[in-house]
Amino acid sequence: MTTTIHPPATPLPADWRDLIALTKPRVMSLVIFTGLCGLIAAPERIHPVLAFTAILCIAMGAGGAAALNQWWEADIDAEMKRTAGRPLPQGRLDRTTARDFAGILCAASVFLMGFAVSWLAAAILAVSIVYYAVVYTIWLKPRTPQNIVIGGGAGAFPPLIGWVAATGDITLMPVVLFAIIFFWTPPHFWALALFVKSDYAKVGIPMMPVVAGEKSTRRQILVYALLLLPLSIVPWWIGGAHAIYGASALVLSTLFLALSVRVGLRERTGPDDSMKPEKQLFAYSVIYLFALFAALVVDRFVVI
Amino acid sequence: MTQPRTAEQIRRSRNRMLGLALAAFVVLVFFISIAKMG
Repeated sequence: MTTTIHPPATPLPADWRDLIALTKPRVMSLVIFTGLCGLIAAPERIHPVLAFTAILCIAMGAGGAAALNQWWEADIDAEMKRTAGRPLPQGRLDRTTARDFAGILCAASVFLMGFAVSWLAAAILAVSIVYYAVVYTIWLKPRTPQNIVIGGGAGAFPPLIGWVAATGDITLMPVVLFAIIFFWTPPHFWALALFVKSDYAKVGIPMMPVVAGEKSTRRQILVYALLLLPLSIVPWWIGGAHAIYGASALVLSTLFLALSVRVGLRERTGPDDSMKPEKQLFAYSVIYLFALFAALVVDRFVVI
Repeated sequence: MTQPRTAEQIRRSRNRMLGLALAAFVVLVFFISIAKMG
């Protein structure tokens, strides 16, 4: 694969800011936050230095996987308005540097996690990197409209890794946290895909709205939001969290469902449709996940 | 308007960041060793 967009006349060395941009810092903030919440919400405490190291490793692994994703998709990114400004399509970085940087980040994150914190957490981190960079980016994304559903697992790993880093084993609670993000991902991404549909269609990525149509995508957003409501309350139901989390999850998920109903039951009014409900659902979905995991942490320390 | 940065400036700034990252890593390994001993 070669990048042909905007190569500079005289290649400049890679700027560190472009290397940071390669790690998708905005996405990483959610990964770090959910990983940290998993670690804090766990019933056991670890040394603060080791906790910091665990979160650093999760961030490095997520950043490395994101860089691998951008390295692989540089040609596709160049064709899409949303991603054309990234360092690789802009020619501000060469692909070999991007690949090497990604490889070093991924390897360093797994080994540091293993040596410093827990080899089980390191193994799950390695699985999550391979899941995102290979299973999702290379295999599923260009092949099936279910790419987001199955690939959503990649983003669901951080709280599980955080929890395992603290406790050293896997119990039902971190698996439920994994499932919450897994079921949150399709409505989150499909809301975005609905208003950048033309971009995906142009580069041949079989996103759900492109392949199955808008109506089917809207119905599926609704189904996932319906499933997410009871699932988000499970941590409270199984005794992994208390009333503060339970009440927060109920309110947040009901609002998520309400916004999803608005998206699920409407149709695009025409080419000039501003897609406001879809944009609102996408924006709220990010706030939702932050708030839900924040409630889990608050609940851990404040017991009514 | 800001002047475009030269290759030398970019390289120097990147090397400075790399140096800082390596120093931070050494400090982290030191503290990890102490935490593991505890």
